[in-house]
Amino acid sequence: MKKKESVKTTTKTTYQIPIGPIHPALKEPVMFEFEIDGERIIDVDVSLGHVHRGIEWAGMQRNPVQILYLAERICGICSYSHPIAFARAVENACDIEVPERAEYLRVIHGELERICSHILWAGVAAHEIGFDTVLFLTWEMREKALDLTEYLTGNRVTKAIIMIGGVRRDITSDMVPKVQETLKYFKDNFEKLRHIFLDDKTVRLRSQGCGVLTYDDALKLCAIGPTTRASGVKKDVRVDQAYAAYGDLDIDYMTPDVLTGEVNGDVYDRIIVRLLEVKQSIDLIEQCLDKMPSGDILSEPKIPKLLARVKKTAGEGIGRHEAPRGEVIHYVKFDGENDNPYTWKARAPTYNNILPWIPMLKGEQIADIPIVAASTDPCISCTNRVTIVDNDKNSRYILNREELHRMSIEKTRRLMK
Amino acid sequence: MRFTMIPRVFMQMFKKPWTNKFPAKYQPSNTTKYLAEVSEGKAKINPPIETPPGFRGKIQYDREKCIGCQLCIKVCPSGAIEFKPDEKKIKIYVARCTFCSQCNDVCPVNCLSMSDEFLLADADLYSKDLIVE
Repeated sequence: MKKKESVKTTTKTTYQIPIGPIHPALKEPVMFEFEIDGERIIDVDVSLGHVHRGIEWAGMQRNPVQILYLAERICGICSYSHPIAFARAVENACDIEVPERAEYLRVIHGELERICSHILWAGVAAHEIGFDTVLFLTWEMREKALDLTEYLTGNRVTKAIIMIGGVRRDITSDMVPKVQETLKYFKDNFEKLRHIFLDDKTVRLRSQGCGVLTYDDALKLCAIGPTTRASGVKKDVRVDQAYAAYGDLDIDYMTPDVLTGEVNGDVYDRIIVRLLEVKQSIDLIEQCLDKMPSGDILSEPKIPKLLARVKKTAGEGIGRHEAPRGEVIHYVKFDGENDNPYTWKARAPTYNNILPWIPMLKGEQIADIPIVAASTDPCISCTNRVTIVDNDKNSRYILNREELHRMSIEKTRRLMK
Repeated sequence: MRFTMIPRVFMQMFKKPWTNKFPAKYQPSNTTKYLAEVSEGKAKINPPIETPPGFRGKIQYDREKCIGCQLCIKVCPSGAIEFKPDEKKIKIYVARCTFCSQCNDVCPVNCLSMSDEFLLADADLYSKDLIVE
């Protein structure tokens, strides 16, 4: 008979918290496995792939004009970035030239979406640290942006403005005053927003030195968009590729050293970059309104003709666009027999910005998870439970979204004492 | 300034709320009763914010103009349009419509248009209001 094994008391001091696949702060089904020592995060593991919706397969059963509206529904906030990247891929494959006026209009709509998205993000980030007054302030501004979007495109969220070879609606001279009026409102309120985010003690306490992504890590992990620019990496499709009308406009990389003269790569720097980009976008829309030439807005207004041209095409194309969160790439291939694409592949910006979470979260506290994860502006879906597994006690308990949010608010209060 | 939001919060106390309270200023204790009163003309609905020109609402169909070319069916991203071969006319299920107005663009005789009607919520997806033919 075996001797009774002596029960050795464990000396392991860390425990694990799996967060996800439905995650609290970020609205995307992504799974985190945290290794925790007390309050400190020692190690993070991220696993993806919980929401495969089969959109690309659905697209392969449709013709490119239908896919434009399907692509719009990949993401609710980037409802302009995906169709434009897809339209550019098709234009690339079929050699369709876009009229010059349409190129300027595309820039205007793209920048309007960026303003909308960044202001939304600023509100969500404030909410994550328990600063809900700012959430309502930013959403008041965002409402103006949505009103302008509705005025220019016909709907508030799903804009349906892009068409292969141009845009569907023009900005006529009688619409310009309303655009300028809204831009003036943004400029007047931008200073207030900048003051609140960059000078306020509460925001500084929670964001400075928190969630640091170094320049080397940003390069190594292929971070994109504002996340990488906050670490000082000069990467922006609008400047690097100068598609649409960006080549004619005055645009440069927005890195935090433009404002502060130094790059830290923390959450605070990501706030700076996004705020600077809002200002840059306002400026770009104004430049477009000044420089916009007159002319057609569609290279082929007759859709059956356009579809016939796509049907004859055999080949592949790539479309890139700088979405508010970073570069989005669409790849499309036609076989020359059907008007449905043979292959369609979309790569959204958040995909690249997930791995940088690992160096960002290491060494931070549990209460910092929401703000650090939200600082990359992840665009995934919706939320609400966390399970905490304590190895020592071998117990498992669930921490819901409110609980985690409460911990985040408590940390803010603690720091302010 | 250490806490930059405080002056704004105090200013907000003297401002009107931003929200447009639609359909009623205060939530009625009984919604069905309230709606019945509205239809009788006893109560009033607080109007929604006006839609801008070019808004894409519920689709409108001019049956007489339609020539039955089926181009709208070819471009509809959600398959909301059904062809009726006997009459050579179409039937649109608004419950499936994505309000992109692509069918309006493609129609050679302009028999389709978008109205500014947006209050389309209904428990029955095939109710009379949600089928245009």
